[in-house]
Amino acid sequence: MNKDIIKIENLKREFTMGNEIVHALKGISFTISEGEFVTIMGSSGSGKSTMLNILGCLDQPTSGLYQIDGVSVKDLNRNQLATIRNEKIGFIFQSYNLLARTSALENVELPLLYNSKVSTDERKERAFKALEMVGLGDRMDHTPSQLSGGQQQRVAIARSLVNNPVMILADEATGNLDTRTSYEIMSLFQELNEKGITITFVTHEPDIATFSSRTIVLKDGNIIKDYLNKDIQSAATELASLPVEDH
Amino acid sequence: MRLLNLFKIAFKAIVLNKIRTLLTMLGIIIGVAAVIAMLAIGEGSKQSIRSTISSMGSNMITIRPGEDDRGPARGSGGDVQTLTYKDYEEIKGKTTLLNYITPVVNGSGQVINGANNWPSTIFGVNPEYLDIKVVGLQSGSMFTDAEVQAASKVVLLGQTVVDNVFPDGEDPIGKLVRFNSIPFKVIGVLEEKGENTFGQDQDDVVIAPFSTVQKRILAIDYLNQIMASATSEDDAPEAVTQVTEILRSRHKLLDNENDDFTVRSMEELISTFSSTSEMLTVLLVAVAGISLLIGGIGIMNIMYVSVKERTKEIGLRMAVGGKGSDILMQFLIEAILISITGGLIGVTLGLGSTIFIEKFLHWPTSVAMYSIIISFAVCAVTGIFFGWYPAKKAAALDPITALRYE
Ligand SMILES: Nc1ncnc2c1ncn2[C@@H]1O[C@H](COP(=O)(O)OP(=O)(O)O)[C@@H](O)[C@H]1O
Ligand SMILES: [Mg+2]
Repeated sequence: MNKDIIKIENLKREFTMGNEIVHALKGISFTISEGEFVTIMGSSGSGKSTMLNILGCLDQPTSGLYQIDGVSVKDLNRNQLATIRNEKIGFIFQSYNLLARTSALENVELPLLYNSKVSTDERKERAFKALEMVGLGDRMDHTPSQLSGGQQQRVAIARSLVNNPVMILADEATGNLDTRTSYEIMSLFQELNEKGITITFVTHEPDIATFSSRTIVLKDGNIIKDYLNKDIQSAATELASLPVEDH
Repeated sequence: MRLLNLFKIAFKAIVLNKIRTLLTMLGIIIGVAAVIAMLAIGEGSKQSIRSTISSMGSNMITIRPGEDDRGPARGSGGDVQTLTYKDYEEIKGKTTLLNYITPVVNGSGQVINGANNWPSTIFGVNPEYLDIKVVGLQSGSMFTDAEVQAASKVVLLGQTVVDNVFPDGEDPIGKLVRFNSIPFKVIGVLEEKGENTFGQDQDDVVIAPFSTVQKRILAIDYLNQIMASATSEDDAPEAVTQVTEILRSRHKLLDNENDDFTVRSMEELISTFSSTSEMLTVLLVAVAGISLLIGGIGIMNIMYVSVKERTKEIGLRMAVGGKGSDILMQFLIEAILISITGGLIGVTLGLGSTIFIEKFLHWPTSVAMYSIIISFAVCAVTGIFFGWYPAKKAAALDPITALRYE
């Protein structure tokens, strides 16, 4: 059995909206081991983003246990959390969140700028390697506005990879993309997963879930299903079988 | 986090937002430049008034007929006839604090040399006049006490008069000129003094023996003025008191009666003018202060808005591992770079416009070091504070709150 990367127990998250308390997560528990490719499914408002934000140390649970790579997050201060985000987590957003008017290479370098262990030369080199890995080695000088949505998301993926995180968290990373581009991105994720990177991928599209090894389904802040995928599809194969568009 | 990286990030952000940077700087630039230029004008006019007045003789004491009506812009005593040659003699006889003293009568008229004539003012004085006014001669010599006694018809001319009645450049010494049809022999030319701060041409004068002017030209028996010089600048105030006492007793004034004359030292005159120009400076500083304030508000606005609109960027930076302190430092460095660059441009512009004002508008200016320091400091502090304050608030947000900010 691989070691646990994520372990949550009875995790709750409540939001106070005026007098009303919204129970976004009502006490969920699971573990994700190294090398898994997990998709989190569920309808809109079911708590997927809330959960992923907590997993990514961007938000704090109201109660419950969360351990990442053996470290209990509750005991960490803001600076230590920042270091965890920097060194252990690669976060990918639905809306890419790239810095405007900034080249792809510099966008990818960003996490390394906040890592004092990395020298300037090493930073450039690693950013370039990450861009190559996502197939954008020839686009490193392009700014986001000069890139397509799929390419922008690849830059964001390269950025999430550049610090060699123990896991990648993606929140509807294909949500803004067409089917073909989504499959290209999923194929990239599958490649990365094969290299051993743990991936947690939030989506509400069932076909995307078929590319992962495990699926957790949320409903109204509770886990209603958690199953291993016996029939993992290859995104590359699916991509090849898509009808060719002519434009 | 290495500081160098933060500098890179901050520099990059500045370059990426040229317009915003420029607008922020504009407030600083205008504020700093305005303060420097305004203070330079105020300071310059103050100094120029001071130096004009002291060049007129800083020990000088003037005694005019008539009650003190204060204010610099008064006439030459007008028709008040309370001052006489006897007063002059009495002061001269009794004073212990005056070096030189002369009666003064003056009148205007035409200086004529053949076909050339020029309207000017003639001053009737005794030889001590030159010592009191601290004015020398270019050529020739001053008349003597004997010539005053004899009411000799000799004159000394100012350069402006020479230029106008001897336009061919001939030497006026020994020549005859007429003043209001009375012929005078020119015996000297006064040193050039140029214009004073009030724009009066100090070289447009004619000087002749007191008795000649009083009797032959003006036909009066009173004095327009008595001029004297205190033994030292420090003695001047006491000399004023002494002269006042001498004159009061000579004029037999009762305790409840006001002086029927006015005694003034240069020092007093200087302070009258200085306070006027000080008021000017205060006004200019107020104007400059307002522009600095408006500049500061501009900086505040732009910094505040820029941090707000970059909240999402701040969220992203935190999401990829930026600490609150990193974010804060980045914005602080940005604010410092912008403020200092803007401040330096402002100082340059302020000095530049000061030179422009001096060269092309011919206003006297004097750049005060403290104006540079104060304006620079105020702008830098405003810029840095209003860059730092919203950034601190943003850096204290949870990453997810910052990221969600629209
Ligand atoms: N910052 C917040 N303040 C208040 N309620 C929130 C906040 N974030 C999420 N919620 C609520 O929590 C629930 C789960 O939201 P979310 O995790 O975004 O759902 P999903 O990503 O699955 O669509 C929703 O009812 C949402 O309204
Ligand atoms: Mg969501």
